[in-house]
Amino acid sequence: MPGLNTSSTADISFMLLIFFLVTTSMDTDQGLARTLPKPPEDEDQKNELKVKERNILNIRINKDNYLMIGDDYVGLDEVKPRAKEFIANPENRANLPELKPKKCGILGTRMVTLNHVISVQTDRGTSYGVYFQVQDQLVAAYNELRDELAKQEFGYKYEFLSKEQKEAIRDVYPQKISEAEPKQYGKNM
Amino acid sequence: MSRFNKGKKEMPELNTSSLPDLIFSVLFFFMMVTSMREVTLLVKIDRPTGTQLEKLARKSCTSYIYIGRPATDQLRSQWGNQTRIQINDAFATDATEVYDFVMSDRNKLAEIDKPFYTVSVKADHETPMGYITDVKQQLRKGYALKMVYSANKPTN
Repeated sequence: MPGLNTSSTADISFMLLIFFLVTTSMDTDQGLARTLPKPPEDEDQKNELKVKERNILNIRINKDNYLMIGDDYVGLDEVKPRAKEFIANPENRANLPELKPKKCGILGTRMVTLNHVISVQTDRGTSYGVYFQVQDQLVAAYNELRDELAKQEFGYKYEFLSKEQKEAIRDVYPQKISEAEPKQYGKNM
Repeated sequence: MSRFNKGKKEMPELNTSSLPDLIFSVLFFFMMVTSMREVTLLVKIDRPTGTQLEKLARKSCTSYIYIGRPATDQLRSQWGNQTRIQINDAFATDATEVYDFVMSDRNKLAEIDKPFYTVSVKADHETPMGYITDVKQQLRKGYALKMVYSANKPTN
């Protein structure tokens, strides 16, 4: 009995390989993950109004893509330092969010800006790219603060910490970016 | 002396019996790292770039919504040059279709996967925010509260 002729197996597998190369894609999807608030109900909206003014950082972007933080016009590069100052409030200033004691896992009780909220409001005509850049800068602000605290407390960057340590750091700097209700200022689309 | 030159030796043929195995391993590699293309893009998308990106955790629990202007001349002559929302393989007439899409897509998942259901919004960076907020409102209405703003890593 002669051995089975396998010389064409290579051709067959080449065909399969080419088929898969054509029909599949290697896109790695990356992005900024967000959790949206639940759909508005009357009671929820009342609760939202209770947030004190010093605890909100209002970032507004108009239809010409100009940025405003609070009452000042700012550039994109100012977003991160302003956000960091706002989130941490290291000098306990009166116009920044109030510091309140909170149990933060293995770090013990700490004074943190428990009720701070960052709200980004846009016009319908604002371009998505600018909005995304601002969101990116805000996440960068949180990440830098977490890294700084992680280095100070544990001697490593945040990403190298154990699960427990990460949880404690997240308790100190919880990410609170509000996906605010849209407002319609101008009707330019 | 005859033992040393027994005539010219023929060059033996290259043994290719392991070639199929080699190709198969390449094939399996590609089958692992790639995924089936879900849809054909009808809109042109130049995603924004960001530095703080995370990788999408569960691809199987993710739906995609594409927002941008029609990609080809043929599509533009048919649909105009306005920003459009693409769902599956067609343009949505307006944002309310997102709600139906989310509801039906989530129902296809197994019960244990439903809490991980995520919607990835792939939008062109020039899209006006109005479209994005409309889509977001529809997602909230459908209780699809996990979403991702899809973006590129900066190239440098």
